[in-house]
Amino acid sequence: MFAAVDNFPALLIWIPLLGGLLSFFLKDAKRAKTSAIVFAASSLLVLMVSMNFSGKENMQLNQVSYDWLSSIGSNFGLILDGLTRTMSLLTAIVFLLVFVLVPFDQYKDANKFYGLMLLTHCGLVGVFMATDALVFYLFWELALIPVYFLASIWGGEKRIRATFKFFIYTFIGSVLMLIAILYMYNKTNATSFGLSAFFNLNNTATEQYWLFSAFFIAFAIKMPLFPLHTWQPESYEQSPAPVTMVLSSVMVKMGLFGLLRWVMPLFPLAVKQFSPVLMIVISIGVVYASLVAIYQDNIKRLIAYSSIAHIGLMAMGILTLKEVAISGTLIQMFNHGVNILALWIVAYLIEKQTGILSISKLGGLAKKAPVLSIFMLVAVLANVALPLTNAFVGEFMIFNGIYQANKLFAAFTGLSIIFSAVYSLNMVKNVFYGTESKAASLVTDIKGLQVIIFVILTALILLVGVYPQPFFNMFSDAMGLILNRYNS
Amino acid sequence: MNAIIISAVWGVLMMYAGFFLQSKRSIHLLAIAGICLMIGATAYEFLSGIPFVTIDTKGMLEYTGYGLAFLLIILVSTLVYFILSGNDIHSAGKSASDLYALVFFILTGIAVVAGYRSLLMLFLGIEIVSIPLYVLAGSDKSNLKSNEAALKYFLMGSFSTGLMLMGIALIYGDTGSFYLDAIRAGFGVLTPMKAAGMLLILASMSFKVSAAPFHFWTPDVYDGSPTVFTSFMATIVKSVAFFAFLTLFDHAFGKLHEQWKVLVAIIAVATLLIGNITAVFQQSVKRMLAYSSIAQAGFMMLSIYAINTFAKQGLLLYFAGYSFATLGIFAVLSKMKDHSIDSFNGFAKSNPIIALSLLISLLSLAGIPLTAGFFAKYYMLLAVIREGGMLWLVITAVLCAAVSVYYYFRVIQAMYFKESVQDNSSLFSPYFKWMMFLNAVLIIVLGIHPDLILSLI
Repeated sequence: MFAAVDNFPALLIWIPLLGGLLSFFLKDAKRAKTSAIVFAASSLLVLMVSMNFSGKENMQLNQVSYDWLSSIGSNFGLILDGLTRTMSLLTAIVFLLVFVLVPFDQYKDANKFYGLMLLTHCGLVGVFMATDALVFYLFWELALIPVYFLASIWGGEKRIRATFKFFIYTFIGSVLMLIAILYMYNKTNATSFGLSAFFNLNNTATEQYWLFSAFFIAFAIKMPLFPLHTWQPESYEQSPAPVTMVLSSVMVKMGLFGLLRWVMPLFPLAVKQFSPVLMIVISIGVVYASLVAIYQDNIKRLIAYSSIAHIGLMAMGILTLKEVAISGTLIQMFNHGVNILALWIVAYLIEKQTGILSISKLGGLAKKAPVLSIFMLVAVLANVALPLTNAFVGEFMIFNGIYQANKLFAAFTGLSIIFSAVYSLNMVKNVFYGTESKAASLVTDIKGLQVIIFVILTALILLVGVYPQPFFNMFSDAMGLILNRYNS
Repeated sequence: MNAIIISAVWGVLMMYAGFFLQSKRSIHLLAIAGICLMIGATAYEFLSGIPFVTIDTKGMLEYTGYGLAFLLIILVSTLVYFILSGNDIHSAGKSASDLYALVFFILTGIAVVAGYRSLLMLFLGIEIVSIPLYVLAGSDKSNLKSNEAALKYFLMGSFSTGLMLMGIALIYGDTGSFYLDAIRAGFGVLTPMKAAGMLLILASMSFKVSAAPFHFWTPDVYDGSPTVFTSFMATIVKSVAFFAFLTLFDHAFGKLHEQWKVLVAIIAVATLLIGNITAVFQQSVKRMLAYSSIAQAGFMMLSIYAINTFAKQGLLLYFAGYSFATLGIFAVLSKMKDHSIDSFNGFAKSNPIIALSLLISLLSLAGIPLTAGFFAKYYMLLAVIREGGMLWLVITAVLCAAVSVYYYFRVIQAMYFKESVQDNSSLFSPYFKWMMFLNAVLIIVLGIHPDLILSLI
């Protein structure tokens, strides 16, 4: 028993998995919610405890491998390094806050709702921790299936079509990735799926081009990068609010994470070859998404396009191959999750109370909900990457890297920052200030738990903005693997 | 060897059982007892390597571990089939014991195919399987579609058997032997006669497994036959045809692999494309499953293309994964009057256990991880990659798998996201529900631990 406690990675998989399965058997909605909170909180707790055991000397605690399909050479390998820890931390925080936020009677069949949410949690954490390509692939799909059901059962009017599009897109990406995985597995003489075995394969440039393409398409769909983003606004709009929160704060990071953990170390030649072209395409996408966001009237769609722009920026940061930009991306992955979660929560509260998400029909909410409007302002300013907010740290470093790589790109992509200020502040102005609309009378201010949630989020925004160093310390062990083939 | 004898004897026994046993239940139990006995005897032969009775077949039949493992999987699938569809066999024709007897005779043919080492035995085995099937396809005598299906199947089936005989004759003419080993020894260079013989056999085997462009009979026959026998044809009989196909091309024609593999690749791609794309447009679940079975055959063709260890191991896993899932869906289907996708609306509410089992079966057919179907497809792809070259084959295959998600998920969408119009909750007995659930558990277990089957070989 005690040996099991030593293995943090395994615990982080088991807790949400068991919690999810248990939830299906809880008939009472209130109890299901409580149990979901308990399981999410204990995930967070285990993760916090594991932070005390990071670093090289504690590697045996944080890297485990269990026999699974030994006959085909797949081991259930998990690792908990700085990169994984950041992402798991984000996952645990997002799920916990979402569970606390959403009232138990919001969705019918609450036990199934919480069960599927926890299974998604399990899938996400598994994706972040896997060191075995087959296990990675399994979790990649495991995270997708519950989300598909969550969005299709509890979503909006056009949910079935929207989520199906999302599912098919992602599935096509993931089967292409499967081919690449199998190809490399075959090259190891069918002995191993391990990241380190793949690392030592010495694929030729041509092989790397193909493998890179297969992986990159899967990840680009997930992020999503222009022009593969068309599933995203629709499915964000149609999914129930908690699912949208999970999708946009954590799930889209699977793509960026995949780039960092799998693509960067495994295909250096291809990355070097393709990164200029990809950066052009992505920078066009970033500016395009920002421009489209300006013209959105629906708050959800606006946030969705804003997210495409920000994610694109992070992908560019990775492709610059500059250490500063990659560190920036790592921390920005966490920050973006926090910021966009805050934005979604505001959108969710507005929709819940007024039933309206159209910016032109809202206005003057600040009078009735002053506290909410302050929090919204903080979240929006963080989204714009104002100094002292968390996103400033990340985006500044990313731009620094892009500038080092190519000044023209930096100038062009920089436009997105201006646009982001335009649409974000416009939204705040038109929703919270300005002429009072009919909807404003329906709004009540946040109170109790909701305030606590926002205080936590605001604290994260400001703390990381002022003192990001602990995160950079955490990343040090992950950076080596990502970049060591590029520096030589 | 044990299986041949027991199934033949039990078939006769089942025929006469109709006189003595009156209740449905006892006939059903007798059939299940027969299958269990066969499983036991085959498992004994598999483990000990010694059959109960040794008959000198002059080397025409030889049971290796691989053949017996295949036979075991088929027998277990048949057991699942009997348990899930037993009631429907009773309602399919007037005297159920005859129908059971025919199934046992088919099993005799299957047992012959499992160990054939001579083309004669291949021909015999395939014919013993086919002839009772023609009868089963037409067992719903009052239904015009069933009659049509039987006639179509019979005409097309005998035509393809003719092709096979012609091919066998040419191969015999060239190599002077029916024995696979002797043929293999004589297969150093490709002569026109060998090429013609191989082409004919390839065509007739493709017909049996319903691979394009020889698949045209499949949708009509599957659709017209009583659902309970469609289920048997689409799973167990198809697996047998594939096993015969693989054994023949591996043992006898293996030396000329380089020459014929391009043809097989083309057939595989055509089958995948036609099966998957046509399935998208189907409104009836039964017809959709018919095309889906063509699509799955396309995936199994990849193993014939590759012929290596992964292909052989994976094919057995494929048989199990595909059969369990398809048998489950057909068993539900045969209890429903309306076969349209809309008739599944609201199943999640009215029959949660059935809906969950169907969900797992459909996910398995689509090849989603943690189900048996994932590792089945995984092995097929791996086998092709191992073989080297022809990556386009793999890419087509996975893209087709993505297409297949579309039509399998339409049923899932109907079950989980749509409201039902009529009340379906009394369609299924509690016993059936739990058996379906067990079947689904089996699919998941194979999806987590494919070693259970892979270690057999």
